[in-house]
Amino acid sequence: MCGIAALQLRNPLLRPRMGSLLSSMMCQIVDRGPDSAGLAVYDTPGLVSEGTSTLSLLGRDQGMTTAAITAGVAALLPADSAASVKLVGDTTLVSAAVGTGLLVKAVSETLPGSTIIGRGEHVAVMKSVGHPMEIAAAHGLEAMAGSQGLSHTRMATESAVTAGGSHPFSVADDLCLVHNGSFSNHATIRRGLTREGVVFDSDNDTEVGARYVASRLKQGDTLEEALVNLGKVFDGFYTLVVTTADSMAVVRDPIACKPAIIAETDDYVAMASEYRALAGLPGIENARIFEPEPGKVYTWSL
Amino acid sequence: MVTLTAPESTESLLDTFSVDLADAPVRDLNQALHNAADGQSWTVTSPGGKHSLAVGIDADVTVTVEGHAGYYAAGMHQKGDVTINGNAGVGLAENIMSGRVHVKGDASQSAAATGHGGLVIIDGNAGARCGISMKGVDIVVGGNIGHMSAFMAQAGRLVVCGDAGEALGDSIYEARIYVKGTVASLGADCIEKPLKDEHIAELGELLAAAGRTDNPADFKRYGSARNLYHFHVDNSTSY
Repeated sequence: MCGIAALQLRNPLLRPRMGSLLSSMMCQIVDRGPDSAGLAVYDTPGLVSEGTSTLSLLGRDQGMTTAAITAGVAALLPADSAASVKLVGDTTLVSAAVGTGLLVKAVSETLPGSTIIGRGEHVAVMKSVGHPMEIAAAHGLEAMAGSQGLSHTRMATESAVTAGGSHPFSVADDLCLVHNGSFSNHATIRRGLTREGVVFDSDNDTEVGARYVASRLKQGDTLEEALVNLGKVFDGFYTLVVTTADSMAVVRDPIACKPAIIAETDDYVAMASEYRALAGLPGIENARIFEPEPGKVYTWSL
Repeated sequence: MVTLTAPESTESLLDTFSVDLADAPVRDLNQALHNAADGQSWTVTSPGGKHSLAVGIDADVTVTVEGHAGYYAAGMHQKGDVTINGNAGVGLAENIMSGRVHVKGDASQSAAATGHGGLVIIDGNAGARCGISMKGVDIVVGGNIGHMSAFMAQAGRLVVCGDAGEALGDSIYEARIYVKGTVASLGADCIEKPLKDEHIAELGELLAAAGRTDNPADFKRYGSARNLYHFHVDNSTSY
């Protein structure tokens, strides 16, 4: 199965409540995927800030103290880049006022064994193994503000139950992808992307989807075009939600194997695997509620 | 425990009960409905999209769900009348045997799947696979239906007042399909058939039963070409 809950807040007055709203949605999709979970939050004060790149690293314990990581990264960056390290739940966040490329290089040299699970100016990505609500609580989701939030509860089928195999997959700046379903031809597509120089972090089928979307965006596709192209290349079952710094997209496979329901109001766009995850949202009684059509790409921008 | 709210006034409302799912678990609701006596009227509030609401009802009761229902609402329905004042999730009225189920909003995939009898009314749209493997149920949809609807349909009637998605009636055995709008494509062995007086008459009855005023003469009828009934030796290499 797997469960998805995603929220884009159009009304700035709702943004302080992003975490509590997403948390209430997420607790309704736990039994669709109880083995591991992940979160992506956008523009959350205290985690990311404008003009600063933030990398999300898998795991709390990187084998070094936060002070040692900060010193190691700072030594590899220009003097005024204000490197900082923060531990949030099972995630290590490294920030500095440099481009993500430079920061990735510094972090990879300082922590050669680390896995980067999120990058960008706007997004923080957190994932772990265990009960999804315990993971959310450990990261303090309830108290987080933000513009967009994305959560995924995983029931693993195509690769092992590991934190690295949890969603979202975030493989380019501020880009996140979550998936309910399975891709059947991911190995073939993975080989093609590998030949083009793309490097993978896991054996997961969804990572191939995320790397493919990132590759299409890099070649100039809009988010909508990238997902239309994904539909032409990938075989399998999927409901996907993709978020960028300022937009959210939903697409289902052409035979609609996996569920999705959307609620839209002037204040927000919310997507979930099941309606019960949307039932507690403010103003839901007056929302436009619909199931996305099979094979059609829906996008919303802030 | 189910919270039973006392009737507001006496006498005529003595057989009226309500269950608030903000407090009571779904199992208690369903157990109470299984214990219910003929003639009772039940109202379910705060459904919140919960799954398996009002399933397996086997008494002549009236149930009203005030809000959206989750998966498998009114599944295995035997008797009585269920109305959902909202949308319904996957598998509405799955394997309905008789009685009536009415959704005022939209229904998700596989509505009335494998239904043997009774009437399922959906005022809004129905998703993919509506009436899949239907075996005698009557279905009236006010809006559109999704792809692969009436797949392997064996008996019953499917009425669509809007448009039908791709592969309508694929591998259909029998069952009669009436569509007022467009059909994206017909599935294997499903063809358009003439709309005769007898069909206009039965369609009129179905529309009236669903409380609709559409003109039966505006519909087209589809059904089985009956070419897949028998094995053809020419196809032996396909198996």
